[in-house]
Amino acid sequence: MNKIICACGHENPEGTVLCGNCGRPLTEEAENLKLVDMRYEGSARRSQTYNKSIVDKIWNFFSSVRVGVWLIVIILVAAAIGTILPQVLYVPATVEADIAAYYERVYGTFGKIYYELGLSDLYGSWWFQTLIGMLGISLIVASLDRVIPLYKSLKKQRTRRHESFMKRQRLFAIGENKLGEETLTRSEQKLTELGYHVKREDGAVLGERGRFSRWGPYINHLGLIIFLFGVMLRALPGFYVDETMWIREGETRAIPETPGFYLESKEFILETYDKDQADDVFDEAIDRVGTIASNYQTDVVLYKKPEDALPGQTDKLEEVKKDSIQVNEPLKFDGFAVYQMDFRLDELRTMHFDLSNKASGESLGELSIDLVEPETHYDLGNGAEVELLRYYPDFSGFEDGEPQTKSPVPNNPAFLVKMTTPETPEGETSFVAIKQTVEPFGENEFKLEFKNVDTRDVSGLTIRKDKTLWILALGGLIFMIGVAQGSYWNHRRIWIHETKDGRLAVAAHTNKNWLNVKKDLDAVTEAASLPPYDDQQDLEALEEKKDGEKSS
Amino acid sequence: MTLVSISGNLLFIAFVCYLVATLFFGGAVKGSKTETTNFEKRWGRIGIVVTIIGFISNLGYFVTRWIAAGHAPVSNLFEFTTAFGMMIVGAFILIYFLYKTPLLGLFALPIAIIIIGFASMFPRDINPLIPALKSYWLYIHVITAALGESILAMSAVAGLIYLTKNIDLTKKSKQRFWLEAVMFTLVLTLGFVAASSTFKFMDYEASFNYIDKEQKAEEITYDMPPIFGMNEYEALTPGTMEPLAETPPIVNAKKLTTVTWSLIFGIVLYGLIRLIIRKPISALLQPLAKKANSQLMDEIGYRAVLIGFPVFTLGALIFAMIWAQEAWSRFWGWDPKEVWALITWLFYAAFLHLRLSKGWQGEKSAWLAVIGFIIIMFNLIAVNLIIAGLHSYA
Amino acid sequence: MARTKQKRLIIRTSILVVLVAAIVYTIYTSATKEKIEVLGIGDEAPNFKLVDLDGEEHRLSDYKGQGVFLNFWGTWCKPCAKEMPAMDRQYEVFKDQGVQTLAVNIAQSDFEVQRFTDQYGLDFPVVIDKTKSVMEAYNINPLPTTMLINSEGKIEKIITGEMTEQDIASFMELIKPE
Repeated sequence: MNKIICACGHENPEGTVLCGNCGRPLTEEAENLKLVDMRYEGSARRSQTYNKSIVDKIWNFFSSVRVGVWLIVIILVAAAIGTILPQVLYVPATVEADIAAYYERVYGTFGKIYYELGLSDLYGSWWFQTLIGMLGISLIVASLDRVIPLYKSLKKQRTRRHESFMKRQRLFAIGENKLGEETLTRSEQKLTELGYHVKREDGAVLGERGRFSRWGPYINHLGLIIFLFGVMLRALPGFYVDETMWIREGETRAIPETPGFYLESKEFILETYDKDQADDVFDEAIDRVGTIASNYQTDVVLYKKPEDALPGQTDKLEEVKKDSIQVNEPLKFDGFAVYQMDFRLDELRTMHFDLSNKASGESLGELSIDLVEPETHYDLGNGAEVELLRYYPDFSGFEDGEPQTKSPVPNNPAFLVKMTTPETPEGETSFVAIKQTVEPFGENEFKLEFKNVDTRDVSGLTIRKDKTLWILALGGLIFMIGVAQGSYWNHRRIWIHETKDGRLAVAAHTNKNWLNVKKDLDAVTEAASLPPYDDQQDLEALEEKKDGEKSS
Repeated sequence: MTLVSISGNLLFIAFVCYLVATLFFGGAVKGSKTETTNFEKRWGRIGIVVTIIGFISNLGYFVTRWIAAGHAPVSNLFEFTTAFGMMIVGAFILIYFLYKTPLLGLFALPIAIIIIGFASMFPRDINPLIPALKSYWLYIHVITAALGESILAMSAVAGLIYLTKNIDLTKKSKQRFWLEAVMFTLVLTLGFVAASSTFKFMDYEASFNYIDKEQKAEEITYDMPPIFGMNEYEALTPGTMEPLAETPPIVNAKKLTTVTWSLIFGIVLYGLIRLIIRKPISALLQPLAKKANSQLMDEIGYRAVLIGFPVFTLGALIFAMIWAQEAWSRFWGWDPKEVWALITWLFYAAFLHLRLSKGWQGEKSAWLAVIGFIIIMFNLIAVNLIIAGLHSYA
Repeated sequence: MARTKQKRLIIRTSILVVLVAAIVYTIYTSATKEKIEVLGIGDEAPNFKLVDLDGEEHRLSDYKGQGVFLNFWGTWCKPCAKEMPAMDRQYEVFKDQGVQTLAVNIAQSDFEVQRFTDQYGLDFPVVIDKTKSVMEAYNINPLPTTMLINSEGKIEKIITGEMTEQDIASFMELIKPE
């Protein structure tokens, strides 16, 4: 690697634009520029100095801001495509085949193509995750590549810079030294007053302020890196639990993936805004929308099984606490959180029937069938009894003459019963379902007549454990610190020195917010009678000045 | 007078103040070249005073509505958009005191007015909070996000001024076309306001039965003449317009009709304006914009993003994620609103990188700022009204 | 000079390799996450205690030293019903050869389970997991699922889906104690 030796004698690494010692432009390009690029103090970005091997080439690829911006834009566009149609997570189907059918049915050919291309599960796809991974690498490599040289440059920057450096700064003045010896002292004083850190040596003064803000971008990148790291950790077992459970009022169930914890649902409550009770202010809205939910919650009791107990043993459960799980108020225990997510109202619980004579309509008695734990015999007294032969909680039709049930959930209960009455001592068999009665052995005299039903509600809860949350929070916090540090403060420097021919040269630079540094420079100019400066980038102002000079 | 009606009146007063202030800022700008004569200074001063009065009245609306409803008035589309318009005015006032530019007001206030007007087309009734919104995070997340977005909006205003001043409108070019396209879009928004107001004034209503995309029978009521009918529609209200075409079940014909009517009104409005002023709107505004200092507009545009980006990140992403974790058990679910907030964030991150590292200043930066605002508006309008999700409380 | 170049190459290569490896690992695991079983072959089968229809308690540890054919089922599950008779026959064959059969019903009513066992004339013990805690402990998802537990109490094999009589015979053979 070749070093570039500056006229001042300093050795600079290859690729340096401005001499690290005196600031002279080292390349022809830099010399031809009216205003010099101050981004990395003219120091060489590491990747510019080494690009021999394949590793270096890959490194340089990820270090490039252009590549970084392209990655951001591609991710941005990809993410937008994922919002055109709902993602699989929000589709009411769980099996692959159902999902595919849903997209085609509801969204037509476009939906079918969308699904086939994998766009319906875009954010979980390997290529999207790869893009994010590449952005992560870019963050790390690009930051390392820049922050190290920048730190070194700023640390060893000299007070006195070469004139060619000064005149290539955006704010520059050269002119008469009105106060002679006093100038630098007065400048020093004023700069210190304005909060600058002042160094004076060799007939030159450097006032610097807010250098810490330069580290802002690198700190916010660090925050992002930590955040992405936290996201990656979820892939490791044990860090992340995401389960759902449906629990009915009165049920006690083991909580999925939580060792030894059980939940009993005492009650599910749904409250809506009642026009009479709610504030009058809400009347119009309630009229327009109809029912507005005001609260849904599940009142639960959390149990833990004792140390020596085994799964399945539910007699010795210890109560841990009672809680009401509401939206925004999850039940928290042992690193887990249980959220109120969903609910189903009015699942059938107990069905009440009358055993009645079909001809006369006379009832011989009532029976209530508990759909959770049905009995085998129901004695109605006065010699009548009903024997429950078979129970089908979710009747789905007949197959080879046999009634079928498609799930254990009492969505469509059906019963095969044998009714015995004093008038029919041999018993009559009947198949009773909702809105359907089948009498397989010929016409019966009696039937079960449906009276009414008790229902209960079901709560849909989500169980979550996320050990990565604190890492994500830390990443977010560091990001905010870095971005505030970089955005709300700026790095300002003012150089003043006596030229060899007895004049005064003044230059100033800031990485952002030129208005402020101009105000400071105005103050120092006034205090030390410095020559007036020009903003060499504001062509319009320069034009005006020229016009002004011409006419005067 | 109830608190609610006081609140509504205060909003109206604010609206009027902004209109008046716009005129004063216009007068301040129209003067001589350098905006520094006493005449302009006085007009500018009156303008900012009227703006501040309007802003205080707007804050008054916000506070009284908060008291009346019992919760922060940011819980539905009307409330949020109105708050957003208010914060744009607030952001403008802040920048005015930093840079003293009446021209900014001339562009920023009309945009705030259009936004508040747009907001008023949606149901204004105060609604009680649904369970998911019952959290103090409602205030923290939504208000901070609106604040961040309004500051970012100022960069678009400065960018727009920069473009209006610097694009050569005498020659045909892509830039000239797109600048006028932006103006056209603003007029379209007015078209929506005009269409909604006209039909509301007529108390128009047309009900239909139809079959939705899940093959269920549903009913829907249009508040504008139905240009498009829903899937397998059946008219319920006699004497209303017969739809010109029927849409497939996945398309909401009512929304399509609203958009079409807005387009019609907007195009007519734009046509009238063009006829009256005999040139593109950008050409009308250019002489005013020419008074601006390009460098200053560029600086304001950039600074607005610098100040607004952290606030936006904090409000729209960080607070949002914390609240989502508490309410929905997951801090990020890739639902459309969240994704578009991320897209907005990524876009402004790209903006900052292009500006700081690639030296994209001046016109390029101005275009990016305008595009950024369009993305924010897309999130507010399209994602809320068209792409439904967990998040759209419209 | 060559040394610093060398050092730089090593540093850069190691950083890139670590990053790429981490990312590939993450993407791979998230793609296969659903298929990873919490409980795998070779793991110790969790002990449990459930009550059968006669009121008797059954613990997995009761069968220590024997192989256990642990079948999870429900009455609505057709493949479960289909394989039950075959299971019953093989139970008879192997019960004196040191392989026990235990069927765990997922939280249904006593009535349904009793009727089912009566209808199919099942002789092996049938227990009901009322709170689904055993189902959770074994991370059972689809039904039927059968856990083959060997005489040392470790999981030999996990079978999801219907089994033929031949399958059942060979599985029971597999967990016969030596």
